[in-house]
Amino acid sequence: MRPAMLLVDIASKFSSDIKISNEQTTADAKSIMQVTMLAAAAGTKLAIMAKGSDCEQAVEALKELIEVRMFDEEGRQEAVAAG
Amino acid sequence: MEIKKGIAVSPGIAIAKPLVIDSEDYRIPRRSILPSAKVAEVKKVRDAFKSAAAELEEVGSDDKLAQGNIKDIFAVHQRFLKDKNLRKKITDLVYNDLLTAEYAVSTTLRDIANHFAAVPDKYISERATDIYDIEKRLLRHLLGKKREDAASISHEVVVVAHELSPTQTAGFDKKFIKGFATDAGGRTSHTAIVARSLGIPAVVGLEDVTRNIDPTATVIIDGNRGVVVIDPDEATLKQYQQFAVQFDRLEKELDALRDLDAITRDGVAVQLLGNIEFPNEAEMIIDKGGHGIGLYRTEFLYLYSQTEPTEEDHYNAYTEVLHVFGDMPVVIRTMDLGADKFTQSKRFAKETNPQLGLRSIRFCLQNLAMFKTQLRAILRASVHGDVRVMFPLISSLHELRQAKMILRDVMEDLDEDGLKYNPNMPVGIMIETPSAALTASILATESDFFSIGTNDLIQYTLAVDRGNERVSTLYSGADPAIIGLLRSVIHDANKARISASVCGEMASEPEYVMLLLGLGYRTFSIAPPMIPEIKKIIRSVTIESCNDLARKVLMMNSEREVINYLRNAAIKVLPEVF
Repeated sequence: MRPAMLLVDIASKFSSDIKISNEQTTADAKSIMQVTMLAAAAGTKLAIMAKGSDCEQAVEALKELIEVRMFDEEGRQEAVAAG
Repeated sequence: MEIKKGIAVSPGIAIAKPLVIDSEDYRIPRRSILPSAKVAEVKKVRDAFKSAAAELEEVGSDDKLAQGNIKDIFAVHQRFLKDKNLRKKITDLVYNDLLTAEYAVSTTLRDIANHFAAVPDKYISERATDIYDIEKRLLRHLLGKKREDAASISHEVVVVAHELSPTQTAGFDKKFIKGFATDAGGRTSHTAIVARSLGIPAVVGLEDVTRNIDPTATVIIDGNRGVVVIDPDEATLKQYQQFAVQFDRLEKELDALRDLDAITRDGVAVQLLGNIEFPNEAEMIIDKGGHGIGLYRTEFLYLYSQTEPTEEDHYNAYTEVLHVFGDMPVVIRTMDLGADKFTQSKRFAKETNPQLGLRSIRFCLQNLAMFKTQLRAILRASVHGDVRVMFPLISSLHELRQAKMILRDVMEDLDEDGLKYNPNMPVGIMIETPSAALTASILATESDFFSIGTNDLIQYTLAVDRGNERVSTLYSGADPAIIGLLRSVIHDANKARISASVCGEMASEPEYVMLLLGLGYRTFSIAPPMIPEIKKIIRSVTIESCNDLARKVLMMNSEREVINYLRNAAIKVLPEVF
């Protein structure tokens, strides 16, 4: 749920209409209900589409979250250990 | 207009707006709203989302709670509550399909939860519980207020529910409750018992009355015929208003019998006592012309409080009633919990077959501290009136001896503490298992009195679950097996020179009164509102004709034959009751 939350939070910062999809379903990236229902386990391939004035920044930010920050999972574990 | 047929369990006619109650665990029923209400209903959804989110905000800002994982969980819930997409899905259901806010919330979130639960990845499937949590939170905000309303209503209503639990009925302001209609239940369900003790009409076993009921429509509950009319047309409403007037007139006629003796035309006296569930019902027995309590159920002490009742709780409940009755008999039955009456408690482990499980006296004999607390209070109260103690569900002499031994222990304790009690307090038993009925001659040697609990005796003898709608038609006091047992129990009691009364529902059903008199019973303990009607029947018959009727019935070999014969006989005696 937490990765979905991070994704929704970032998507919600943009005015563009953002969709995220796995092979079967497409979800509104700003709706936690729809994103969680994609039920993406680790290793699932996701496609991100955005339409609007800030669509490029939006895709870039989400791409960074998923590919570079890996949903902060590693950093999070350190934080838990420290806390 | 919609007419629904159920089981009539308490007589009378009520005409009022419905108060629809959902129990917490029960699935929210699908119910429609009027098109004119949809804007307000949508607002209810939005408000619930808003107040639930605000509540979470508060919890989330609490430093103690708001750490690590928990903080994350709440943060996720918060995102759901602020998800416009989710909210729209729900408000669309309300707006387009005209469904209630609570149903739309419940069905939408349960769909999502089911979706999660079906995912093979365990991390994801376990998220279903988060969704249920969100559902509960929203429902609490939607229904929480409404639930309180059930306890603090200020206008007359009829209660419509799937089934009513003791906790729910205890919370009602009884002044305004005019009748009950429930999906489930049978003649001896809790709803039926409470309705009869309140003297309000009730129809149960309606299967789906809670579904599709319009909360603004008028509802008629006809507890004489077992019919519920939703949104009646003008003619039907008028007709029922007339029925209600007629019924009131009959009630008044019966009330006039109050001060007359319960005596047959040929001069045989019958003792009419009342069954009560709460101390405050005691007055009604006197009002209706009863001469004592034949069955004081004490389960309310255990059911309506979170903790086990103290000795003082018991003592106060007993003395409160004793003050009303002076020197009239008051039979206090020890705790008879288990099975249908104790389903909500988590104190007891789930049993696969509770009716045959650890209940009633069996439970008491395994929980001696609790049992002794009650016996101590009963003994202490015994100096304030004609108190008699009665053990339920006795199924062997051994059990009776164990219970009496504990009673003696408690007496010794009281002696040591220098507290007064009546050492000769009569000790009786309920005859409600086939084994007790078949060994009545043995049990009679160590009992001071018998009281026949026909409800359980019928269910155990005929092996029929009275609450199961699919087999409840097999449940009947007119079965030759039951009549045979009733006859042998009174025979054995007479032989041992102890009294035997009937305290089950059978004694308050007009068609059985003549039979019970004919078999030899002279004491009936019944729901207080039924006393005048039963008295009227007693005053209209002769013992000779009852004996004759019983002799004929004992020769019959089918339930159908017996019940038809008994009904015809009762109609001849008292046509206005039927």
